[in-house]
Amino acid sequence: MRPDLDIVAALVGSGVRVLDLGCGDGALLEHLIVRQDCAGHGVERSAEGFHACVGRGVPVTQAEIEAELPELDAGSFDCAVLSLTLQATRRPARVLDQMRRVAPRRIVSLPNFGHWRHRLDLAARGRMPVSRTLPYAWHETPNIHLCSLDDFERLAAEGGQRVSRRVLLAEHGRAAPRLARARQNLLAVGAVYLLQDE
Amino acid sequence: MFVCHALTGDAHAAGHHGDAARPGWWDNLIGPGRPLDTDRYFVICANVLGGCQGTTGPGSVDPSTGSPYGLRFPLLGVGDLVAAHRALVAHLGIERLLGAIGGSLGGMQVLQWALDHPGELAGAMVVAASARLSAQNIAFSAVARESIMRDPDFAGGDYYGGDRPDRGLMLARMIAHITYLSEASMREKFGRRIQDASEPRYGFDVDFEVESYLEHQGRSFLKRFDANTYLYLTRVMDYFDPFGGDPVQLAARLARVDTRFLVLSFDSDWRFSTGHARDIVRTLSAGRVPVTFREISAPHGHDSFLMPVPEYHKTVGGFLDRLAAETG
Repeated sequence: MRPDLDIVAALVGSGVRVLDLGCGDGALLEHLIVRQDCAGHGVERSAEGFHACVGRGVPVTQAEIEAELPELDAGSFDCAVLSLTLQATRRPARVLDQMRRVAPRRIVSLPNFGHWRHRLDLAARGRMPVSRTLPYAWHETPNIHLCSLDDFERLAAEGGQRVSRRVLLAEHGRAAPRLARARQNLLAVGAVYLLQDE
Repeated sequence: MFVCHALTGDAHAAGHHGDAARPGWWDNLIGPGRPLDTDRYFVICANVLGGCQGTTGPGSVDPSTGSPYGLRFPLLGVGDLVAAHRALVAHLGIERLLGAIGGSLGGMQVLQWALDHPGELAGAMVVAASARLSAQNIAFSAVARESIMRDPDFAGGDYYGGDRPDRGLMLARMIAHITYLSEASMREKFGRRIQDASEPRYGFDVDFEVESYLEHQGRSFLKRFDANTYLYLTRVMDYFDPFGGDPVQLAARLARVDTRFLVLSFDSDWRFSTGHARDIVRTLSAGRVPVTFREISAPHGHDSFLMPVPEYHKTVGGFLDRLAAETG
C-alpha cells in the first residue's frame, strides 16, 4: 500500500463504516476491512479499478465521485476518505460539503502546489511544474484544481470544517516532521487532513 | 450456483436438447468457459412455482377437483417461489450454495432468498431488478392483465380444454415486449422500415416492420405460455416489497444477512431503471450489507441482461471468481 495510505488508515481507525471516494484498486479498503474490521465501500470511476476491487472482494460502486456523493444518505458513513483526488474534481468546495453531509469525519489528502519546487519552476523557469507528485504536463493533467496547503485550509474553514489532525507528507508520501505553519506551505510535498465539524 | 429465471423464462437456461439453434435463454452466460463456468460450478435452474413449464401452476390439475386450478390457484409471493427452489436444493442434498443469480423477476427471487435465509447464499447477484415496482411498472402489467381477462375466451380462467384467451395473451406479450426494449434499440432494429415492401401500403393492417415483429413475438409466445401464469407472476412482481414495513424490523433482518451482493443495472433499461437498483443498494448499504453496484452501458433496454455485454459478463465472472476463492 502507498505510504500515504498507511497514514490515512491510521486516521480512519478500527470498526468504522468508511467510504473511500476514488478508491482505485481498493488496496486501502481491503486493508481497512481485513486488518481494521471496518465496513468499507468504495467509489471508483475506472472500469479497471472497479474490477480490481471486485477481485479483492471490496464492495464498490462504479461512478464519478461528484455524481455519486449526492446519491448517498446523510450520515450514512462514519468516515469518508478522499485521497489525492480533490484536485481532480470539478467543484472541490461542493465535494467537501457533500462529504461533510455523508460522514462526521473526513480524511482528505492532497499535493501541495505551494511546495518550493513548484514555486521555483514557475518563478525561475516560467513553466508549469512537473514533479513526482504532479507528473502530468499542463495540457493533459487530470489535476484541474491545484492549491497550496494554505489555500485548502482556508477553503475548509470557509466551509465550517475544522482541521483536527494534519500530517505533512514528504517525498514518496511518507510522513514529514512537523513544521511551523508558515514553513509547511513551502516545505511539505502534501498533507493528509482529518476534518471534523467546528 | 442457482439461476432464477424471469417472468417468461424457464428451466432451460443453457445448452440445448439436440438442436444447437435452440439454446437456453442464458446460454451466453452459462457454459464451459463462460462466466458461470459449468466446468467449475454446478449450476441449477428450475421452473418457478406458478409457472407453466413443469412446476405446479394454475394450469396444473387440482387433485381435490380433478380439473385445473385456474384462478382457484392461490396468489403467490416471491417468497413462495424461493420456497420451491429451496425444497429442490434440499432434495439435492446441498447445504450451502455458492450463490444465486437472476435478472428481473429472477433478481427479485435472489434478493428475497438472501434476505430471508441467512447462511444459504455466499453471494447474491441481482440484475436488472427492483425491490418495489413503480406505479408505471404496475400500470403496464395492469393493462397486460386486462387484455387477458377481457378476452371472451378467458372464461374466468377456466379455459383449459376449450379455446384459450390467445388474443388477450398475445396483446399482453406485445405490450410487455415494448417495455423490454429501448427506443434506441427499436430504432436500430426496425426504424420506420416497411415489412416486405419498399413503399407503405397505407392501411390498418401490419405495415411497419416493428408491427410485424411484435405480432410475431406475441404469436410465438402463445405456443409456450399460459395466460393464467401470466396473471399470477405479474401479480407476484406487483406486490413484491421486501424492504417495506417496519424499518426497525427491516434493520434487524438486514443485520442477519451474511450474503455479499452484486447489483447491476443497464443504462438503457427504462422498465427497471438504475433508480430501482440504487434503491436496493441504498437499503442494503444502510443495513451494512456489503454490496457492489454498477450501471452497465448497453443499448438493449431491459433485455440487456440477456445479452453478452462484455463488461457485464466480466463483472459477473469476477464477482463469482472472488466468491469461489473465498469459500474454497
